[in-house]
Amino acid sequence: NFRWLAIIPFIFMLCVIPFVNRVTPYVLGMPFILFWIVLSVVVTSIIMGLIYKLDPVNHGGD
Amino acid sequence: MNSALLIIFAFLLFSLYLGLRAKKGKQMDLEQWTVGGRGFGPIIIFILMAGEIYTTFTFLGGSGWAYGKGGPTFYILCYGTLAYVISYWMLPAVWKYAKEHNLMSQSDFFVTKYKSPALGVLVSLVGVIALVPYLVLQLTGLGNIVSEASYGSVSPTLAIWIGVIVVTIYVMVSGIHGSAWTAVVKDSMILVIVLFMGIYLPYHYYGGFQPMFMAIDNAKPGFLALPSKGLSVSWFISTVLLTALGFYMWPHFFAAVYSAKSEKEFRKNSIFLPLYQLVLLFVFFVGFVAVLQVPGLKNGDLSLLRLSKMAFPTWFVGIIGSAGLLTAIVPGSMILMASATLIAKNIYKVFVPSTTDQQVATLAKYLVPIIALVAVFFTLIGGKTIVTLLLMGYSLVTQLFPAFIFSLMKNNFVTKQGAFAGILAGVLTVGLVTVSNITVGTIFPSLPQAVKDLNVGIIALIVNIVIMAIVSLATQGLNVNESNIQHAK
Repeated sequence: NFRWLAIIPFIFMLCVIPFVNRVTPYVLGMPFILFWIVLSVVVTSIIMGLIYKLDPVNHGGD
Repeated sequence: MNSALLIIFAFLLFSLYLGLRAKKGKQMDLEQWTVGGRGFGPIIIFILMAGEIYTTFTFLGGSGWAYGKGGPTFYILCYGTLAYVISYWMLPAVWKYAKEHNLMSQSDFFVTKYKSPALGVLVSLVGVIALVPYLVLQLTGLGNIVSEASYGSVSPTLAIWIGVIVVTIYVMVSGIHGSAWTAVVKDSMILVIVLFMGIYLPYHYYGGFQPMFMAIDNAKPGFLALPSKGLSVSWFISTVLLTALGFYMWPHFFAAVYSAKSEKEFRKNSIFLPLYQLVLLFVFFVGFVAVLQVPGLKNGDLSLLRLSKMAFPTWFVGIIGSAGLLTAIVPGSMILMASATLIAKNIYKVFVPSTTDQQVATLAKYLVPIIALVAVFFTLIGGKTIVTLLLMGYSLVTQLFPAFIFSLMKNNFVTKQGAFAGILAGVLTVGLVTVSNITVGTIFPSLPQAVKDLNVGIIALIVNIVIMAIVSLATQGLNVNESNIQHAK
């Protein structure tokens, strides 16, 4: 099941973009669309870390 | 001679020294020259894999697009991130297969998977045709950087010639080892400089990030979001998808995967590379600062350097110019090496099968200056912006993705004829679209705006997949007969 986590970045960056395409509100000093993209990048990193942890192939398994 | 120019030339000589020094103690056969003897550890592989992030495309093109286009620039942050997600599964499979079959180039992968040297020739041609605009892009950037940072005392043309000579020498001598050593220096420098500029300039001119964005939004309402036509949401989504799929299809990038010591490095990289590329944000910020501080530039690619000259002393502009120079030299060296290997190993050797590996290695090295000269020619006659050049190259290399991804599957229904026909159809579509400046809107003017704004590379990819499927289904029996005949022999 852990593989399906990888779909989340695609949803964040492709499917949600039409709904966050706006300048306001500013979050962390950034236009909202840019904040959303930065958030997506950070979430992607966390998800890939999680997948790495859960994937037995990285711990000598199969 | 001003201090900026002195600093730039000092760095140029230093990168030449590093490039030549990298050869020490190594016998430069084809495997060492192209894939570093498959012995690069995690740090070098991380830097090589991250090399795509910090090229002149991002250094000048990223800030240039932020300056000229605004919101659509954010696509650059997305496609790399999605490519790194795909890389978790894709790159270990490529690395393992390449190690088992002793592959040297991207084309080798297709030749071995589909058992078709002819497909290898086509893949090589597509690769080289796509790499030339990519190299032109780096050289255009190099000319701009040195000319601007030297306050005009060195012309872009002279800068391009000097840069090309340096790169050619160290690529011929050290191959990928030279690129790896200079890449470490490049990334260290660019990281510090971009972070400093991206934080200092918004605070210096506007008092912070939010005041900067608010000032831009007041002066140009909607500039920071995606427009409703042209570079709209549908353009954004289709471009991110297209470039994410094409990300690892660049021949120099694909072959760099072979140089790793183990497959585990790629999985680890997929965690940290998305965060590492967030530094690009600060490149965009510099472009955004310039929107109101250096208005009216015809060439947005120059915005970062023009702003730097306004804000910093001469010696610091020299440091910025040196970092920019390295962003052109390192990817330029990888591109030259990959192109030369493709032509020598996957085109020349197919037509002259008696060529030994030693002769292929020698030929590849002597092809480097020839390819460099071709790129210089196109650079000096060119006129396109940096991002435009890269998007065209991406449309071309992405045409390799369908045949590639099916080849990784256990039950691959795609035949060598199908793969060949699909790639050829896709590339011809890209060529037609590029030459005639066609967009989806000009082909189907009555369709909704969202469809008209789709990246035309997607159209080529659909043509590619449809042709590939039809030809593969039509030639299934042909390949069964071929293998039966071979078994009978």
